[in-house]
Amino acid sequence: MAKIIDLPKLSPTMEEGTLVRWAKNEGDTIGVDDLLAEVETDKATMEFRSFDKGTLLKKLVGEGQTAKLGQPVAIFGVPGEDIGAVLAALTGGASKSAPTSPAAPTVASVSEPAPSAVAVHSEPARAPAAPVSSSGPAAATVAPTAGVAGLVLLPPKPAPHPVGEPGGPSSPRVRKLAREKGVDVDRVVGTGENGRITAADVERFSSSPAAPSAAPASGSVGAARPADEIKPASQMRKAIARRLVESKQTVPHFYLEAELDVEAMLLLREQMNDGVEKTEKISVNDLFIKACALALNAVPASNASWIDGNIVLHHRVDISVAVAVDDGLVTPVLRDADRKSVSAISAEVRELATRARAKKLKPEEMQGGVFSISNLGMFGIDRFAAVINPPEGMILAVGQARDVPVVKAGALAPGKRCSVTLSCDHRVVDGALGAQFLQALRGLVERPVKILR
Amino acid sequence: MRELRYREALREAMAEEMERDERVFIMGEEVGHYQGAYKVTEGLLARFGERRVIDTPIAEEGFAGIAIGAAMVGLRPIVEFMTWNFSAVAFDQILSNAAKLRQMSGGQFKVPIVFRGPNGAAKQTASQHSHAMETFYAQIPGVKVFMPATVADAKAMMKAAIRDDNPVLIFEDERLYGLKGEVPDGDVVAEFGVSQVRREGEDVTIATWGKMLWQCLDAAEQLAKGGPSCEVIDLRSLRPMDHETVVRSVRKTGRLVVVHETWPYGGPGAELVDRVQREAFDALDAPVLRCTGRDASMAYNKKLEDLTIPDAKTVLAAVRAVMSY
Amino acid sequence: MQDDRELLLGLYRQMVLIRRFEEASAKAYSQGKIGGFLHLYIGQEGCAVGALAALEAKDYVVTTYRDHAQALIRGTSARACMAELFGKVTGCSKGLGGSMHFFDADNHMLGGYGIVGGHVPIAAGAAFASKYRGDGGVAVCFFGEGSATIGAFSEALALAALWKLPIVFICENNEYSMGTPLSRSLSVADVSQKALAVGMERDAFSCGDVLAVRDRVAVAVKRAREQSLPTLIEARTYRYRGHSMSDPGKYRTPDEIEERKKSDPILNAETQLRAMGVSDAELEKINASVEAEVEDCVRFAEESAEPDESLIEAFNYA
Repeated sequence: MAKIIDLPKLSPTMEEGTLVRWAKNEGDTIGVDDLLAEVETDKATMEFRSFDKGTLLKKLVGEGQTAKLGQPVAIFGVPGEDIGAVLAALTGGASKSAPTSPAAPTVASVSEPAPSAVAVHSEPARAPAAPVSSSGPAAATVAPTAGVAGLVLLPPKPAPHPVGEPGGPSSPRVRKLAREKGVDVDRVVGTGENGRITAADVERFSSSPAAPSAAPASGSVGAARPADEIKPASQMRKAIARRLVESKQTVPHFYLEAELDVEAMLLLREQMNDGVEKTEKISVNDLFIKACALALNAVPASNASWIDGNIVLHHRVDISVAVAVDDGLVTPVLRDADRKSVSAISAEVRELATRARAKKLKPEEMQGGVFSISNLGMFGIDRFAAVINPPEGMILAVGQARDVPVVKAGALAPGKRCSVTLSCDHRVVDGALGAQFLQALRGLVERPVKILR
Repeated sequence: MRELRYREALREAMAEEMERDERVFIMGEEVGHYQGAYKVTEGLLARFGERRVIDTPIAEEGFAGIAIGAAMVGLRPIVEFMTWNFSAVAFDQILSNAAKLRQMSGGQFKVPIVFRGPNGAAKQTASQHSHAMETFYAQIPGVKVFMPATVADAKAMMKAAIRDDNPVLIFEDERLYGLKGEVPDGDVVAEFGVSQVRREGEDVTIATWGKMLWQCLDAAEQLAKGGPSCEVIDLRSLRPMDHETVVRSVRKTGRLVVVHETWPYGGPGAELVDRVQREAFDALDAPVLRCTGRDASMAYNKKLEDLTIPDAKTVLAAVRAVMSY
Repeated sequence: MQDDRELLLGLYRQMVLIRRFEEASAKAYSQGKIGGFLHLYIGQEGCAVGALAALEAKDYVVTTYRDHAQALIRGTSARACMAELFGKVTGCSKGLGGSMHFFDADNHMLGGYGIVGGHVPIAAGAAFASKYRGDGGVAVCFFGEGSATIGAFSEALALAALWKLPIVFICENNEYSMGTPLSRSLSVADVSQKALAVGMERDAFSCGDVLAVRDRVAVAVKRAREQSLPTLIEARTYRYRGHSMSDPGKYRTPDEIEERKKSDPILNAETQLRAMGVSDAELEKINASVEAEVEDCVRFAEESAEPDESLIEAFNYA
């Protein structure tokens, strides 16, 4: 009976071999342990000695050819035996495969189909037959998954989170994104696995109109807060800081408060703006600038600065107007405000403010003021005290115009009031002088027609 | 460009360096007359003679120490361990002498020496012959550790190691010796501490070294058809270790899987995880997972051996796990 | 004389069993049924069979990765041995150890070890325990001449001599440490000279005559058991096969191997047995029973189950 001889394994890692030389010819009688051929393996050229006896009827692999481990390389039998059927079986694709090792390439190109469901979870798939010692440090936290090679070191399985409810788990990256977007991550409903909040969830939440801004719920201890960050100060910020420190440390401030009746002024403004293009409308602030300029002229002693130990009396009325810009504020100077019409002041302030926000002001346009006005009324501020802009002697802080009940002719009636606070440099402006200025201002504001002169 | 086998690339690098520098010699068990237990040094004895290709008895501690002594006074030895498993016998020489001589002499001595040999599990070589030993050595200040995974790296890293003035350990792999690959022409010398992106991807970063690179590339290829897109990084050099390439990748992908052959407890994989979580915490979308060997000595049985070392399927499982975040 | 005849018949059977067992394992290896390394003892049988014939059950045996013979002689069944080679759970190390790591606690077979020379102190430790307990046990340690250059070997010899441990160190000098001939691995031709430096008794002989081996080792065992003194023996022998299955063995000529086969311990034993009046039929009967045993163990190994995955970590800790 013919017998197929397979290529034997000649080294531990051998997967194929090249038949370098046949030591026997077809027709030769072969004994056990006889040298049959020499085979070059991955390691060396090895002797292929026969484990069987018989007559070599057919060589199936030629010298120089490479065969896989377990591939038929010869047929043994008795002389004259018909091996047609055996050959037919071999060529018919019924060749024997490698015995145990499926001749998988050592590296790469293992292209089994991607397993669709490799079972991976953090609990052991089943109780091990033998105790796994808890003193094995890795074994204490990681259990192998049955049938999966090696270990995948998984985190503990998270507690289930109710679907559709906010407060699900989120990753460091998502939390950072939420911080950047001003989103309170604990209010976001996650759509990821187990209610996990994804970056897309944060984006969606952030752009939704109902997004409550990032007022973190008090007592919320869930999300870690970012550490304080150091942001380098701009040159402008440094200049503001230097000047304000200088002001508050060297200028003895005192403050005078007054509540002005602005009903007439607002009415005047309304009339002036009637039919005027929106971009050219006069603001309350424009009116205050003109009023302050005229008040300074009315009380000339108050138009003064303390410079190098001297009192400098100004004969010009150049008013600094505080303009908020990104990263700070600037104070462009409106020259000769007392000589300009309200509409001219309005146009110039608008132009200065535009250029201020665009950072297009020249340095000289922000120098040489004698008096400043700061108005936070548009931000809903009722009253505040401002820091003097040295070497100016005074600054007026203007709050918002408010509807208040007033007594008119013995009866309660609706009125308009506006608080102003005057900060004075006590070195040049005493209390009485400051009060005179405010008195003059009140006269102008409450009888605004005088402003128009 | 020429195609060489990994073992030929190693051999060619050693031969070229021996031609270039008369101080370079090779020492180890069966490196000469036997032509190398794994045929890495085949033909070198005939080419360079017994003075420079030296067969040693089985005395790892002795010949490792002799080579270190020779390096101290000006020679540049290449020491082959038949396998890195046997280097454990010489561990004291590497740890207490090679790694420390420069430091404890206040910089007076240097030890320009290469220790090299196959590492990790081969096929059913069982409990005492299957260690991935790089995990021990990468911890030692004073040595450098190369893990060539490709044929080109085998040559370029060997050259870099021989020319370096420090002890350099090259962990080869028996299962890579037959690997064919392109080797650039000319005198290409590898840099220490440079990781390499072997495959670009968007969704998850896989970092690995040595033989496991091929399992990771296989997994990435399988996932290419519809699965997440994997970026595969070959660390190449474990000391110094370039984690910055991994950090950059993680900033893109938000997810990292680290794959290595040896045990889960500590080692270069855990070191990498530590560095990444410190430097890229805000970029992470999932915990960093490691695929490691099982926490046990190697079983002889083939099925158990296959289950002990991670393969492409393990990597796929880990990728799926990080993608669930 | 009758005792010797019976004894030799038994030793002959052991040697034949080892050889047939290993031939069968070589074939199974070539078919991919056995993996990893497979180091064959074929040709060296006279050494282990003769040496272990001098031992009692309470004595300990420690050896290298070339360990099949020692296990079979100590009483590990051929089934358990072959199943171990096949990586089956019915193997003597449950399929976890493989060819290089045969262990059999019941038969005081303390294992085969893969790191050259690393096991020599382990054997001295078993001897230490016997002396500590005062149980009269002796340890026998086998190793190749390649171990003689390893530090652990020198240190174990030094301590065994210093502490007068009951141990017999048997260097199986098969002339090649893997592919390196003795002349290029040792500065002395006689490994037993290593005993001189530590003041240890020594002996040296070749292993072609298994009874002679038994007698010479018995002297050393007696010295260990009765005087608690170690001995270093150089047992000259020869392996017919390569260092392992993947060693082409090109460092030796076919003529050299054929010459060595003339002093084959099995052939010698047959000659001796015939001289003692044992018939061909009797020898044939032994050979047939061995062949049946080997066929049975291969079948058993093939049919046995593989170890379960849960055994991977099961033996990490006691």
